Amino acid sequence: MLNNQGRPTGVDNVAASSANGAALLPSEPLIFEIGTKEKSGVDLPALDKKVGSKLGNFARKSDIDLPALTEPQAMRHYVRISRLNYSIDAGFYPLGSCTMKHNPRLNEKMARLPGIADIHPLQPQSTVQGAIELMEQLAHWLMELTGTKAVSMTPKAGAHGEMCGMMAIKAAHEANGQGHRNIVLVPESAHGTNPATAAFLGYKVKPIKAREDGTVDVQAVKDALDENVAGIMLTNPNTCGLFEPDVIEIADAVHEAGAYFYCDGANFNAIMGVIRPGDLGIDAMHINLHKTFSTPHGGGGPGAGPVVLSDALAPYAPLPYAKREGDKLTLVENKGEGSDHLGRLSAFHGQMGMYVRALTYMASHGLDGLGRAARDAVLNANYLKAKLSDLYNAPYGDQPCMHEVLFDDSTLKGTGVSTLDLAKAMIDEGYHPMTMYFPLVVHGAMLIEPTESESLHTLDQFIGTMRELMEDAKAGNVERFTNAPMKAPLRRLDETRAARSPILKWEKPEQRKAAE
Amino acid sequence: MRYLPNSDQDRQVMRDAIGIKSDDELFVRVPKKVFDTAKPDLPDHQPEFAVEAHIRQLAAKNRAGGDGPFFVGAGAYRHHVPASVDHLIQRSEFLTAYTPYQPEISQGTLQMLFEFQTQVANLTGMEVANASLYDGSTAAMEAVLMARRLKKRDGVVVSGGLHPQYRDTIATYLGKDPAFKCMQADPQAQEDIIAQIDDSTACVVVQSPDFYGNLRDLRPIADAAHEKGALLIAVFTEVVSLGAIESPGAQGADIVVGEGQSIGNPLTFGGPYVGLMATHPNLVRQMPGRVCGETVDAEGERGFVLTLSTREQHIRRDKATSNICTNSGLCALAFSIHMSLLGEKGIEHLALLNHQQAVKTAEAVGAIDGVEVLNDHFFNEFTVKLPKAAAPIVEALADKNVLAGVPVSRLEPGKKELENLLVIAATELTSDADIEALASALKEVI
Repeated sequence: MLNNQGRPTGVDNVAASSANGAALLPSEPLIFEIGTKEKSGVDLPALDKKVGSKLGNFARKSDIDLPALTEPQAMRHYVRISRLNYSIDAGFYPLGSCTMKHNPRLNEKMARLPGIADIHPLQPQSTVQGAIELMEQLAHWLMELTGTKAVSMTPKAGAHGEMCGMMAIKAAHEANGQGHRNIVLVPESAHGTNPATAAFLGYKVKPIKAREDGTVDVQAVKDALDENVAGIMLTNPNTCGLFEPDVIEIADAVHEAGAYFYCDGANFNAIMGVIRPGDLGIDAMHINLHKTFSTPHGGGGPGAGPVVLSDALAPYAPLPYAKREGDKLTLVENKGEGSDHLGRLSAFHGQMGMYVRALTYMASHGLDGLGRAARDAVLNANYLKAKLSDLYNAPYGDQPCMHEVLFDDSTLKGTGVSTLDLAKAMIDEGYHPMTMYFPLVVHGAMLIEPTESESLHTLDQFIGTMRELMEDAKAGNVERFTNAPMKAPLRRLDETRAARSPILKWEKPEQRKAAE
Repeated sequence: MRYLPNSDQDRQVMRDAIGIKSDDELFVRVPKKVFDTAKPDLPDHQPEFAVEAHIRQLAAKNRAGGDGPFFVGAGAYRHHVPASVDHLIQRSEFLTAYTPYQPEISQGTLQMLFEFQTQVANLTGMEVANASLYDGSTAAMEAVLMARRLKKRDGVVVSGGLHPQYRDTIATYLGKDPAFKCMQADPQAQEDIIAQIDDSTACVVVQSPDFYGNLRDLRPIADAAHEKGALLIAVFTEVVSLGAIESPGAQGADIVVGEGQSIGNPLTFGGPYVGLMATHPNLVRQMPGRVCGETVDAEGERGFVLTLSTREQHIRRDKATSNICTNSGLCALAFSIHMSLLGEKGIEHLALLNHQQAVKTAEAVGAIDGVEVLNDHFFNEFTVKLPKAAAPIVEALADKNVLAGVPVSRLEPGKKELENLLVIAATELTSDADIEALASALKEVI
């Protein structure tokens, strides 16, 4: 089968597709098309025929249907497909709300020490005192940076941390005879996980409108508060890239109404080492170690989302948690072994592999370096805003932004170019697009987060590109945008087709034909 | 600061362009009383070698698996990970990429996920799998919620052979729901779970190999569940077992979930791991987590995208199937690479080797006076009944540098009848000398 560039495609013609593609921009067949069942890339000792089987009737009779690659084939396969990915190491990744900062390699080296990577969660606690101490040290950093006195380390990602914090709020209400509270206030600009988490726990979500200036209307919060409100989920700095100026007043009002303040800490990078959320009156806040503290995003995880807790919520932290008696550290793992708590959010003790990376990052930066990094992140975002605001409309541009700058699509109006088209054209210029169409509160949103990892030189190049793109859109060169990307490994993909008749697994060509 | 590229001069250029004198002016909307007023008790920045020395010192206080005989399992297993796996997952293009929301420049991650989904589906005997979840325990919890959505029923019956921390995880999410029934701890696989299934049951949750190592016959449970209109959720914590035993799909499971750590991922004290989930195509729209699907680009070339996103929180907000936003991408990659190296022959051979070392261990330990192996059939893990409490024995053996396994009482405290039980696991890394060391040390301490 040939595509319309005259190149062979892989589905029907395996042999041709293996050689397909230019050497530096490969296309690569699937492992199922190049691997075979007869070989293996792993050598194992022969089985001892004298040892009997205890599998009984449970032994597998059917085929699994898994191909194998030998090591040289595997290296080539994965190196080739890796080259089809954009990455922070390869270029600027201004993805708003994702904090795509540099991932130091010392972190990776430390996570692979045998005393970290080769320890089991259920080996005797006396043999893993260093691991529990590492958790204790990371907890100390998180509590000091946030001005809180408790932290639950267990959540496995930001959304899991939200779950943890909101469960603690629910547990606290129930313990205080306030179990009837069934409403959670969520500003419209919130990340989708916030309403999803609240709904998951059975809460009714009440949206709170934003003010003209992109921040939460303290009066709207006060009006919405009553004896049925369990809490508010507020992101600060918010998803429009703005610090909520009335956050203390909001916290006071929420507490006065007997509710709790959940803060989404996704944007902690803007304020770490500078402002402590505990001083703002938060009751719970998750910290994405994979954003703020540089653990790698890994193409979509794993993450880690420890949650700091106020004194009021600390007793409801989930299992397990660390306890120190003199030199001896203990992880409390079961109900009845400590105070009240909300139970277990997952098996074992959380994301040690992420903890060690985050602690390495923190110790490398120190308090002075973290504060400088936050200021640099904010400075970089404001520099982009200053240099682009004449061509891109910053709807809340009359105030400084925090670590990310939000533009809308109003200056694209009438050009025939959408935010999506502009984003895809950025790919042809060598950039990963910014976050698009989020937050939902502005039209055609473009959310740009440069992080502290980008140099002035990189920012200037980016500014030049973004200016040139907008000027070209206005000049009517629409096709450059609507046809983009042209220089990526693939052209635009048909997402509607993927969703309408989902193909989620490779099938042998003959099986596939039979199904069609 | 080695990680911050801008000089003071660069910063001044930016301040001038913005029109500010000091960075503090950018924080003008922050209430004065909280801006830069606290003095956290934290040290300043350090050179790379000083940080490395500090972390090494912490790591050195831990007894690593490779430091001596090691028989700890119960949900996480010590297997060999080929060097090429760890090398490949550290490639910048995989390690430092975000979730593949821009498919044109993320085909590496997306193709890998499509391959991963196919491997997981084939291994579990199902037709579709998602792109991974946090770990096995949260996958089990998500499967229960998925079954309840599908069946619009509340009843959940959990086997007494399910990993106790998986059970506790589900319990945390279901709260004090009276429709949630947990069977008694069941070390010898004697429970009659079928009797618990009725017209209000949404799902039955059964693990095989179970927490105590028993292989469970899922087929009769699946048939009984289906007869009442309920779903069977099959759970595993040792994915290598699927190389040797009949797949849950072939035994009638509707949703299969489990822990994928054993393939490609080190122990790392419990995380990050990789949750696997597979099901039938007609149930996929209630499946949580990301899914990668095949499509074509504007020129008709095959390509892959994240799809079925109308189930997800960023589109559906408070109506999403789950609040999950992250999968376990890099761990899924490690799994997929390791599985590609193994292939059909390799996973089968690896599984049988694990089984063989476990059989040898059971024979050696079972030959000790007063030690009884409880399992008739098992894979690479089994339970023994000791003449006295298991926890102090495990401590005493640790003092002799033998990590003998997991005392059941650590996960099921306060249950007298479980106090003497010890769960012992062996893998391909368990040597015959390790087995001898365990047997002779155990003989000494009991």
